[in-house]
Amino acid sequence: MAGEKGVVLLDFWVSPFGQRVRIALQEKCVEYEYKEQDLANKSELLLKYNPVHKKIPVLVHDGKPVCESLVIVQYIDEFWSHKSPLLPSDPYCRANARFWADFIDKKIYDCGTRLWKLKGEGKEEAKKEMIEALKLLEGELGEKKYFGGESFGFVDVALVPFVSWFYAYETCGNFSVEKECPKIVAWGKRCMERESVSKTLEDPKKVYEFVLVLKKRFGVE
Amino acid sequence: MWAAPAVRRVEWALKLKGIEYEYIEEDLFNKSPSLLKYNPVNKQVPVLLHRGKPLIESLVILEYIDETWKDNPILPKDPHGRAMARYWALYSDYKCRDATKDVFLAVGEDQGKAIKCLEETLKAFEEELKGKTFFGGQSIGYLDLALGWMAFWLGVSEEVACYKVLDIKMFPRFVSWIENFLKVPVIRDNLPSRDKTVEFFREYRQLQLSALGNA
Repeated sequence: MAGEKGVVLLDFWVSPFGQRVRIALQEKCVEYEYKEQDLANKSELLLKYNPVHKKIPVLVHDGKPVCESLVIVQYIDEFWSHKSPLLPSDPYCRANARFWADFIDKKIYDCGTRLWKLKGEGKEEAKKEMIEALKLLEGELGEKKYFGGESFGFVDVALVPFVSWFYAYETCGNFSVEKECPKIVAWGKRCMERESVSKTLEDPKKVYEFVLVLKKRFGVE
Repeated sequence: MWAAPAVRRVEWALKLKGIEYEYIEEDLFNKSPSLLKYNPVNKQVPVLLHRGKPLIESLVILEYIDETWKDNPILPKDPHGRAMARYWALYSDYKCRDATKDVFLAVGEDQGKAIKCLEETLKAFEEELKGKTFFGGQSIGYLDLALGWMAFWLGVSEEVACYKVLDIKMFPRFVSWIENFLKVPVIRDNLPSRDKTVEFFREYRQLQLSALGNA
């Protein structure tokens, strides 16, 4: 692959982290080759391009790999800077966007995983933290169309794949995101009007079926 | 907070850029109204206040400093170089720091296992340093500042928790990087007292181990 021109994405169909990258590439109208990875049986390509973590997504651009979804999204934004900027130009606004994207990384996936993996007190704790995190994000969104203001931006890309996981989280945790954070749900619907998002996100029922498979695999009722 | 590596990261960046700033010490056991006001989400340090607006998360602050004061850039110009620097900084903050914490709080056999994990993370950095004095090349940059906690606090952790990973035979480039990094004037002149830091983390370890013992 070294020396080869073009953009290749090593990814897994339902991964919200991979979806971030797909959305960013589509927003920038970048053509790329998608390579679905079998995470139970990792390919030589994946092990070669992400030897440290052995995880997807990995973007390989002209033979050079970039790993970690938010690092990849920033790379895409900086390399294809002429179209649809995802980060604002003002340094303070950029810092704010990076902070909230990092917050999403630390909170949402972890709380979500604990919601389907744990029972009893552990699950309740995860639910409480998830709702708290979503409320904080709702506060940051305020009355804006997107987290990026009028333009779909970095924080929107970071959070939107999790919208298709809300149904799974709600069902496992017995709560309603709409009831707790209606603005987040409304924002999610606005994002789904964008082709990059609607063509990338999986149907929430399919995501839930995937979670049920995981629960079985981990021996969680 | 004087002992916190994340705080020093920001100070190093400010000093490298020649930016004057006022330092306000925070008591993290008795958080000030200012800290709670400017960082209501995490309630942690460092918080950089610039033109009255708060910046939080040390790696985010480093990028803000680099973008606001453009002399002596600390991140590379090319997008791939920037991506690699960011990737390794995150690796250090998540993998290495978690591995160090595991060793720090482990006892007996568990410590041995935890040390093996930490050594794996150091191997990655040993590789990264091939052909370089610093991670930033000939002079220190963003990644050196991000990894700087390992140059000082990892040694403190070793002393307090009685283990050794910084072995010159296993990690010759990394140990050499530590020596060179600590000699850079901005770094050398902006480190906490070694003795005070060891004492602080010794007490911290005692507290944490008691809490774990009681769990």
